[in-house]
Amino acid sequence: MNRILDHPILGKITDRKTIPFQYDGTTYEAYKHETIAAALLANGVRKLRVHEESGTPRGIYCNIGHCMECRVTVNGQANVRACLTVVENDMVVESGKQLPNIVKRMVEQG
Amino acid sequence: MSDVIVIGAGPAGLAGAIASASNGLSVTVLDEFIKPGGRLLGQLHQEPSGEWWNGMKESERLFLEANNLSVDIRCGVSVYNLEKDENLWNVHTNIGTLTARYVLVATGAAEYPVPVPGWTLPGVMSIGAAQVMTNVHRVQVGKKGIIIGANILSFAILNELQLAGINVDRIILPEKNSISGKAGEPEEVLKTLLHAAHLAPSPLMRFGSHFMKNNWLRKMAIHFYPKSGMKVNGTPLQLRIAAVEIVGKEQVEGVKVANTDAAGQVIPGTEVLYEADFVCIAGGLYPLAELAAVAGCPFEYIPELGGHVPCHSETMETPLGGLFVAGNITGIESGKISMAQGTIAGIAIANHAGKVSSTIDQQLQQAVQQVRSVREQATIQFNPEIDKGRSKMKEIWETKFAPLDKEYSHKKIV
Repeated sequence: MNRILDHPILGKITDRKTIPFQYDGTTYEAYKHETIAAALLANGVRKLRVHEESGTPRGIYCNIGHCMECRVTVNGQANVRACLTVVENDMVVESGKQLPNIVKRMVEQG
Repeated sequence: MSDVIVIGAGPAGLAGAIASASNGLSVTVLDEFIKPGGRLLGQLHQEPSGEWWNGMKESERLFLEANNLSVDIRCGVSVYNLEKDENLWNVHTNIGTLTARYVLVATGAAEYPVPVPGWTLPGVMSIGAAQVMTNVHRVQVGKKGIIIGANILSFAILNELQLAGINVDRIILPEKNSISGKAGEPEEVLKTLLHAAHLAPSPLMRFGSHFMKNNWLRKMAIHFYPKSGMKVNGTPLQLRIAAVEIVGKEQVEGVKVANTDAAGQVIPGTEVLYEADFVCIAGGLYPLAELAAVAGCPFEYIPELGGHVPCHSETMETPLGGLFVAGNITGIESGKISMAQGTIAGIAIANHAGKVSSTIDQQLQQAVQQVRSVREQATIQFNPEIDKGRSKMKEIWETKFAPLDKEYSHKKIV
């Protein structure tokens, strides 16, 4: 685990309850009341989606809702910001996927 | 329906809510984040007095005070539009449209992005993202990191990462180009760091900071600046090394860097790779003001305040009736200034709403004075010319907007 459980000024984290959630079919544990982005990073997961067209990987950038880079699918709802969304018990989270660029294909086909 | 809707539960918004509610108004506070406090939440540093400034505790204190005054604080609510309909403001959010006579926009700041090739790789984040992950979520951002960008914000957060036991391998500059601008020029960076003398990278430079304001000496200093850098709290600050590209396949594996000359030009053939599993980009802050813009508020570009800011008076009113601003949306300063500005706005709103107690003028005068004294006592400034920026806005207000103010007889604060 990649958590900062003991901090010289902020103190120790002791009594946090954990809950299970799924990310791309794998079950992970989150602390209650933490964001999807924090829970995934605590589990060593940085990649949250791929660019819709190029397929290149993306993760958090700003972590406070400004940049929209961390959008994932939550319980079927697409484009949810992982950095602002609190994990709930048995939440099903899926990474953002590559999508067909229909317009581009039409242009290519002439 | 509340009398006041505050957008942003940071230091400015909460202080504003507290001041309005103490003067008898009903207040709703909206914020996108999972808990109140805004960017105050992650702040952690030692004051010159030796005391710790713990943003988490400050946030809790503000939250409790607001709560005791029955302020309705709603987190996880995103505001996407703001428009006036007759005498009421419509605040459009993801939970529907809320209305109020008065709106305080206290949306704070955002970070200037500095695009570096490869910056979209997972593991690259803004320096503020690392702060929140570390101090708010208490999750390690990585095992070995590189900070790109040397400024007051990156130094403050470097310190916070080190406190939490996170290894920051070095601080380097972005490659000089039209976007990175002065942030990619070693001499300019040194100049801004010297303004915050106690943050200068070595005791020698701290000692010399007074003399280094001299151009020639500064040029010499950057010319002879060691390639290996000078240490800031144990982490090398390499002003003559630029990030050329962030590399990795599925996530960050390292940063390709090159030596630069004193002006920041890359010296060909000097490229090497530094390994890292996370990279923080520190481009500085700008006022997050879109909501004031969509509301139709006039703006001015004032570089000393961090960029484009909504026009406002010293009592935090905008030219739009019922719309107030406070905190970093008005210019980049510390959280303490934001709180003091929020207090002004909250009292000013109560005054406009006709909640006239015998002490309200006095309260307002005191609140304005409080901002000035907090500014005078500040140990560091994001922009050393902040006073100049504030004066510019004051003058713009007094010449352009104050004479138009009919709704409320504007009492000059002396």
